[in-house]
Formats: sequence, structure tokens, C-alpha cells
Amino acid sequence: MRIVNQPVPKVDAKALVTGQGVYTDDLAPSDCLIVKVLRSPHAHALIKDINLTRALAVPGIECILTYEDCPDKRFTMAGQSYPEPSPYDRLILDQRVRFVGDAVAVIAGNSKEAVNKAMKLIKVKYEVLEPLLDFRKAKDNPVLVHPEDNWQSLCPVGADNKRNLCAHEEDSAGDIDSVLDSCEYVVDRVYHTKANQQAMMETFRTYTYLDAYGRLNIVSSTQVPFHVRRILANALDIPKSKVRVIKPRIGGGFGAKQTVVTEVYPALVTWKTGKPAKIIYTREESFIASSPRHEMEVHVRVGADKDGIIKGIDVYTLSNTGAFGEHGPTTVGLSGHKSIPLYGKAEAFRFVYDVVYTNVMSAGAYRGYGATQGIFAVESAVNELAGKMGMDPVVLREKNIVREGQVMPAYYGETANSCALDRCLQRAKEMIDWDSKYPCRDMGNDKVRSVGVAMAMQGSGISALDTASVGIKVNDDGFYSLMIGATDMGTGCDTILAQMAAECLDCEMEDIIVHGVDTDSSPYDCGSYASSTTYVTGMAVVRTCEALRDKICAKGAAYLNCPVGDIEFDGNQVVNLKTGESISRAEIGNRVMCSNEDALYASEAFSSPISPPPFMVGMAEVEIDKATGQLELIDYVAVVDCGTVVNPNLARVQTEGGIAQGIGMALYEDVVYSDKGKNYSNSFMQYKIPSRLDVGEIRVEFESSYEPTGPFGAKSIGEIVINTPPPAIVNAVQNATGVMIRELPVTSEKIYWGMRGQNL
Amino acid sequence: MLTINNYVKAKSLEEAYELNQARNARVMGGMMWMRLGNAKVQTIIDLSDLGLDQIEENDHVFKIGAMCTLRQLEQHEGLREMYGDAIAKALHHIVGVQFRNQATVGGSIYGRFGFSDVLTCLLALDTFVELYNGGTIRLSEFVNHKSDKDILVSIIIRKSNRKLRYDSIRQTKTDFPVLACAVVTGPVHGKETWYFSVGARPMKAAVLEKEWEIPKDISDEQLEIYAKEAASQFTYGTNMRGSAKYRQHLAEVLILRSMRSILEEGR
Amino acid sequence: MEVKFILNGKQTAAEVGADTILLDVLRSLGCHSVKCGCETTNCGLCTVWIDGRSRLSCSVLAAAMEGHEITTLEGVKEDAEEFGRFLANEGAEQCGFCSPGFIMNVLAMVKELHNPDIEGIKEYLSGNLCRCTGYMGQLRAIQKYLQSKEEVCS
Repeated sequence: MRIVNQPVPKVDAKALVTGQGVYTDDLAPSDCLIVKVLRSPHAHALIKDINLTRALAVPGIECILTYEDCPDKRFTMAGQSYPEPSPYDRLILDQRVRFVGDAVAVIAGNSKEAVNKAMKLIKVKYEVLEPLLDFRKAKDNPVLVHPEDNWQSLCPVGADNKRNLCAHEEDSAGDIDSVLDSCEYVVDRVYHTKANQQAMMETFRTYTYLDAYGRLNIVSSTQVPFHVRRILANALDIPKSKVRVIKPRIGGGFGAKQTVVTEVYPALVTWKTGKPAKIIYTREESFIASSPRHEMEVHVRVGADKDGIIKGIDVYTLSNTGAFGEHGPTTVGLSGHKSIPLYGKAEAFRFVYDVVYTNVMSAGAYRGYGATQGIFAVESAVNELAGKMGMDPVVLREKNIVREGQVMPAYYGETANSCALDRCLQRAKEMIDWDSKYPCRDMGNDKVRSVGVAMAMQGSGISALDTASVGIKVNDDGFYSLMIGATDMGTGCDTILAQMAAECLDCEMEDIIVHGVDTDSSPYDCGSYASSTTYVTGMAVVRTCEALRDKICAKGAAYLNCPVGDIEFDGNQVVNLKTGESISRAEIGNRVMCSNEDALYASEAFSSPISPPPFMVGMAEVEIDKATGQLELIDYVAVVDCGTVVNPNLARVQTEGGIAQGIGMALYEDVVYSDKGKNYSNSFMQYKIPSRLDVGEIRVEFESSYEPTGPFGAKSIGEIVINTPPPAIVNAVQNATGVMIRELPVTSEKIYWGMRGQNL
Repeated sequence: MLTINNYVKAKSLEEAYELNQARNARVMGGMMWMRLGNAKVQTIIDLSDLGLDQIEENDHVFKIGAMCTLRQLEQHEGLREMYGDAIAKALHHIVGVQFRNQATVGGSIYGRFGFSDVLTCLLALDTFVELYNGGTIRLSEFVNHKSDKDILVSIIIRKSNRKLRYDSIRQTKTDFPVLACAVVTGPVHGKETWYFSVGARPMKAAVLEKEWEIPKDISDEQLEIYAKEAASQFTYGTNMRGSAKYRQHLAEVLILRSMRSILEEGR
Repeated sequence: MEVKFILNGKQTAAEVGADTILLDVLRSLGCHSVKCGCETTNCGLCTVWIDGRSRLSCSVLAAAMEGHEITTLEGVKEDAEEFGRFLANEGAEQCGFCSPGFIMNVLAMVKELHNPDIEGIKEYLSGNLCRCTGYMGQLRAIQKYLQSKEEVCS
């Protein structure tokens, strides 16, 4: 391949490294009203009265909107295909506030100062209600987070607002209880992962304006422009035709921007006032009223026979969706469906889950999307099983991993068409020199070093649902416009999709321009999430290119006055193979602009009945100070099977970045609440993400399988890469000290008390 | 959100002091912490034109102007010669180079913050603060004063034959410390004296003075008794970063390691 | 009040309040490279040079800038492009939102440190957070950039 599988620099690189104003706030008109949200100080309360008199008197205030100004029609902010599995449980502003930070009023004015001043002058009377803060007690608790009658669940996900249930489901194959009863070794443990923040560098932000046609234009840092269009029409109760969404460059998303966090507020203001409006979330708002990872408690039972063959896995997940159900019913499914199938010899499995409402901020989508939580639990349980058996955890995996060609009953019965997990395991082991470092080495000076292992899988898009369409047109001088609805959020999809197109069309990268997403002109794409873009949108590119080549050949044949059967297109020329006569792509591009009745444009869509999983292995080397429990990450190796690597540089950076996020999740990232539900982790001072001094060395290699249903054999890479650090680091701690940490994050203090034989 | 109505770049310390007597006046340091608060400031007073951004060294003292940045302190050759890398070690975890190019030593000391590495470190040395109105007093005394309307002009470290060690435990490398600890030893009036300063407990640093003659070849077990004794004389609290019990244990370990390092150097 | 300072080599004046931060002034003057990522001085996105030194423009009062020399990424376009090529060749600019502040501090490091080792590089840049890359690609780019500078010098 000429261009696919090459480390092509990103098409937007120069703008990004020279600091050009390409992001939402750089583009917003200077006359936008400044929009801010007054937030609830209570975790659960009813608004009894809002007095705006003094606030409205502040010079420069345009409007202050409350629940009385909003449609009483519930919707969800989750960016999912319609009908959304997430319940319709939101209003733009509600009389009931459900977490500390929930929106109470929207204030718009001509300066930040005026808005801040007005915000302080709004007087709200609350009837404070008992909050529901412990997710273990939420199901069937007398305190209801959503008692309202117009709460609605559109899909059969087992939701019941009168029980605080956002979803419930059971899935199984075989008789798990009798299989586990027959096992020689059984581990039966509960693991707990916390809410984490995506913490993309660009906080949530949106600006809105009305155009010449009276339509609401929304420019937003979003991963899901087409879903934003639908959700905003629902929220404002206006026709979808009245809404246009434009996505500029995005300063990171990681799933956060798969939820419509900010769009409704300026949109409401613009719709009410007719004036342009913008909202830029502060980092604090991005930390207290956003869309973090679902906290989950995962109960795992895993059993093996005397030879270490894993016979059965039983998983029960309790997921905390917080005050609203965004992504609640769907994230939880991955905690079992993308952990249990890693083990190919199990005869039975069972997977049951409950998703519950509580009075903390709503959870959302974060890279890994439930798989991260489930994999932490199942991989930790397998590592405990190895410990129980006195077996090297790598050896235990070698005996049990899923292999190419195997059917995966817990993965919707899909077959692993492409799977190099065995090679990943082998290579990772070599890279970290596992055999000479396992289980641990005393380094003197109170220091002990050890290694730990974990595996992961994910999907490539949502099977039989995710849909991408792509358009390509030929312009003057034959350059191509690639039109996509997938959203590059720094990940480089504009680049890799152009690489695929250039490969298919036998042209250079420079011959293709990529058009950013505008719902008025871009072809439909459900958006960039669920690890879908490379695989789903990539296949749409391949199909579109095939269709376009046919059209170019047909046009060339017409201009050369010969049958299409005599024609070949080499990317630059259409050649009559019989006569040697040719016409260039440039000339075709120019000629179709005159006296032409066939648009030289192709558009195709793709949706896949399956979601081929990428696989990977991660291994961590840590050093632990036995006197303090302090952990230093020395080395992290990762070997990934994402099928064909479309762009080795971008895939490597995706992997390194995902691992760094996983390291943060493993070691310190934690959304901490007070006993009244106030979020303490409200800044980068209190919610620490890794700096470059905290990640040790991260080394990445690829072991590629070939996915027959993917573009050029590719699968996904975006999400899987975050999944291995928590269980691998916990395993390294286990191997170094004998201490098993079952609740993240792994703090030095937990290790220390563990070594002292005490729980924190 | 901090609001400020009036900005004044003071032309003399006297002017700064006079302006600062107003109820809503504040002196600005690096603006790192004040900006995070909600103060309504009538007049903010900038001392940056008063030549307080120098570290002066003579045979007896280091005199650090209040407007010196943490970066200047970290990179000062004279301090490095005198105390090895201990001063830099107390500073290089603080957020990043840009932050330390801006945060002032005066602001760090005047704030008397619980998390302060600078305060923890300087408290263990023979350190004084020069106040515009209040004269020159010991840092250990100043640290327990309430904020008032005086102006911190400089920090003075008296040179003497002392050894300094600094150590901290942090969740991430650039986070606030879970616990910070400075240990100093040297002869005072002919007697070997140890100073232990423990900060981020999470309360602000305090200093403990012990006249301990400790033989260079003391066993680890014996030295541990000293370290435990020193650590036990501080109080500890619990917050997001650690429990009181864990902090006390960390203090024991860090004090022990610093003492051992000092004794080994003397061997 | 009016403050006068030199912005990217040009004498500039701006009308500011006593509590206006430099970050906002620079953005209003069209320096869109300067980003805000945290408001609490932790992220490094707003890094600019004041009198040649890296500082956090989110915590600098614009009123205090009278007579100072301020440089943003817009003022070092050639150097930014040169280093930016190394960054892009690793795919390490990713979302790009932290790139301006990061590049400003890399260029400051190159001026201040001679031949820094890996630890020296990591420490100098520890105040520049990045959530996309895991930092390894940035480090590769810096090492290659420093190497190319060395080769030019020798």
C-alpha cells in the first residue's frame, strides 16, 4: 500500500502547531451574549421560588431564564442514534434539582462581569430534599431521583424510574452455577472503579446564532453533530429543519463530547432573544456538571479446573449513572460483553446488571465505555486466580485466551475473524522481559520491583446500528472533496479517511481536501464514538471511492467516445486500453463543469452487522517503596492488534495517550464527593491527571491481524488502549507486595496499609 | 471570583505600606493564589518596582527579596553551594517552570499555606522575615502570626554550618505534597542541634528543635527511635490526599531517611 | 486604565480593568493561540513569554504589564513551524489545544538549557499538561528537534 499504513502527518497539523484560531471560541463573533448557568448548591431539592428582580436590573443583562421558560418535554443529552437507549429524563431546566451543580437558571448578558454580578443577585428558595448518594442503596430506595410521570424510556432496557432503575438485563450461556461448582479453583470478589473525568484540554463550549433563514445555527465542540441537531430540536421542541450544527476543530473529547453538555444553554438564549450567544465552561464546570465515567461495582466469580483451564465467568455489575441516564443503559453492557469473551475456553457465563440513579452528576461516555470497568474487574479476578493457583498470570492466559476463529458466546455470538491476541501476549512478554522480572525483585533501599499483566478488547462501532455515509466529488483540475460526518477531535480521522481515499483513488494526499462537519452539507454519520470511525466510516470511504471510480470511468469513456469496458483509470488518467488515447482527471474535472448532466459525485453508506474487536496486552513494571507504599511507574509496554494499522504514528500516539489516561485512572484519578454530595474534585489542582513526570516510559508495538470486513483489514484503536493499565498496575502491586487492591485508585496509602495487613 | 477596582504600582515601600492600611487593600505577589479566592479588593499594590526581586548574599546571610520568584530560589548558586540540592528539591515539584517563574517567595511565605514546600523548607533553616513595620523576626514566629497589614520585605537566611535535607511524598509529581519534611542539623551554642520541619500535615509547617548528640554509627533501630520521637511531636490531619495515621507514618520515614543521609555524609 | 507593552515586537496599547488578566487581553488582541485550560495555573496552556520567560498568562494582571515585552506563539511563527514539523511528524500534536503553550515552553527550554537530558526535558515541561498523547510522541519530537539543532550548530 502506498498511503495506507504510512505515517502521514495530519492534514490540519500546520494550523494546530502555529496556534491558528480554529476552535469554537476562536471563531465566535465578538458580539455574542455571554451565557452562564446558576447551579444548585443542594444535591436534591425543589425550587420553590426564584426572584430575579435585582439580577435583571444589572446593566448589560439580556435575559435570565428558569424552568418556567423551558418546554416541559423530557429528552436525553446522550449522543446516540434514535431511538436512544438512554431514558428521556431531562429538561433544559427543571424545578427539581438532582445534584450539586445542576442547572437552576441561565443568565445571558453582554459581559462576563455583568453575568457574574447578576448571578450573585438571583435569590432562589429551595425545599431541600434528602439526597440519594450511595449507589449501593439506590435500587428500590424510597428517595426517588426521577419520580416524574413524564419520564420515559424509549427502548426495552429494563428501566423503571419508580425503582431508581435506569437499566437492568441478564444474559447467559450454559449453567454457570454448576460449572463453577465443579471448578477446582474459584475466585469470588468484588471490584470497584470510580468516576473519572475525560479532562480534555478544551472544556465544553458552544456558540449559537440565527441565520438569514431564521434557523438556529450551533457551532459546538462536539463528537456528534447530527445527534446534536436532533437533541436540540427535541429539547427546544422545534422542528429539526430549524437546526444546523457545525463542528470546528475540537480540543479533545474522549467521549465527554458525546453528550450534549453545553449546547442547550446558548441555544435557548438565541432562540428566545434572536441574538448570538456563547457559553464557555470553566474547568470547574467541566468537572462538576459534565459527563464522567460511570462508577461501577463489579462482582466477579471465575473458576478454573486443576490444570488452569477457565471454565466459567459470572459477572454482576452495578453501575452508577448519577442524576440522569446518559449512556447508562449502554455503557454497562460492555462491562461483561467485552471482558468475559477474552477467555475462549469457558463453558458457561452469566452477566447480570443494574444501572441506578443517584444524586451526583450524571455519568456519560468515556473512552472504554464500561469495558474499562469490566476489564479491570475480570482481569483482576483472573490475576487473583493465578495467585490462588500459584501460576504465572501470563501462563494462565496463554492457556485460556480467545483465538482466531473462535465463537465468542458472551460477545453476542460473534466469531473472532481476526485475532492476534496470542502474538500480542508473546511480544509484550518479550518486550518487558517478563520471565526474568516475574514475580518480583528486591532492589535494596526498601524498594521492590515487579511486573503485572492485563489484556483487553473493545469493539469497532456498534453492530447493526452505527451508520456512516461519505461523499466525494471531483472538482476543477480534478481535486477531490471528501465529505464526512465523522468528527475529528484530534484523533486524526480527517487524515486517515483521506489516506484511505487516496489509496483507493490512486492519488496523492494533496489531491484530497477534507470538509469539516456541517449537518447542512455533510453526509450523515452517527458521529465519532464507539471506536467506529476507522472501521465504519472507513468502509463507507472505500465504497464511495469504488462508486466514484466507476463514474470517473464512465465520464472518461464518454469523453473518449468508447465503451466503458475499454477504459482503465490509473488515478491520473482515464485510458482507452485499445487505442492508448487518454484524458486526465484534471480535464475531466474541468469538463464536467460545462454542459454536463451527471454530477461527478459519489456517496455511499456503511453499517456492519458485526463489531470486530481489537485486542491488546499491557504490561506494567512498577517500583514500590516498602516503607511508604509509594509507587513509581517504571515502564509500560503495550502490544495492540487493531488489524491493519492505517497510520502508524497516529495509532501509536492514540495508544500512548490512552495508556496515560489509564495510568491516571489506576493511580489517582477519582471524583470525590462530600457526604452532602459536593464534588471536591473540581479543578486540576484537586483532580490530578498525569504530567509527563508521572507516566514512566510507554512503549507500543503492533501485532496486526487482518480483519476481512474492515477497510484494508483495519479494526479500531481509539478506546481499547485505555483498558489495560488499571488491572496491569494492580497486578504488579500484587506481585510485588502480595497486596490486592480491589478499589481504584491504587494510592500509596492503600498499598502501605495493605502491606501492614490492614485495610484503609 | 476575585475582583479588583484599582491597581497601583508602588513607588516606595512607604507608599505601599500606607496604601495597604485600607481595609480592602491587598499586596500582590505572583497572583497564583489570590486569584483563586473570592476577595473584593479595592486597591491592589504591586511591589515589582521596588527592587525586591534580588537574592543578596554576603558572609553572614542570604537576603531574599519578597518579589524573588521560586525559580530564582531554585536556581541560586549560593544556596546550592551551601545546602546542596535540598532547596531545589523543595521547589521543583511545584507545578511547573512557568508557575515558578511567577510565584514569589514573599507570596509563598506570607500566605503561610498548609501545602507550602517553601515554608516547610525555610522553616527548618535559621530564617527570619523582614517586615516593613514589624522589624525582623524569626520565621517560626511569623508563621503563627495572623495576617495583618504589614508588608513582607525580605526573607533572611542566616548562614551557619548546617546541613539540610528535604523530602516529600506526592500522589503525582507536581501535586501538593501528602507530606513534606525538612531536616536540618548543625552546632548551636556548641551543641549539636536538630531541626525538623513537617508541612502538609495537611496543616501548615511547624518546626521542632532537639539537642540530640547522635553518634555517626548509630544503628538503624536506634535512629528509628529518634525519628519516631520527632514525628510524634507534630499533629496530623486527614484530607483527600491521606489520613492522619498515614501522614504520621510518612513523617517517621522521611525524617529517618533525612537523618540517616545527614549522618552518612558526616561519616 | 491604558497599558502599553510590546506584543510580538510591536508597541501595543490596551484598555484594561484592574483585574483583567493578560490571557483575556491577548485573545482580544487577536492572539488566538493563547488558550485557557484550567483557571488554576495547573495546565500550561496559557503560557506566553514575558520579558523572555515562560509565564502563565491566566494569572498575570494585564495592568502590571506596562513596559513589558510579551511574546505569544504568533510572535515566533518560524520557530513554531520548525518545531511543529517535528511534532507533526510524530503525530503528536493530536487535538492541538495544548500545542501553543507547550511549544512556547519548549522554545523557552531550548533557550535556557543546553543539551538537556530526558529527565531535564520532562521536568522543564512538567507544567504543560496534555491529555491526548501520553507525552511520549512529544518527547520523541523534542529529541529529534534538539538533535537537528545540534547538527546545524556543528
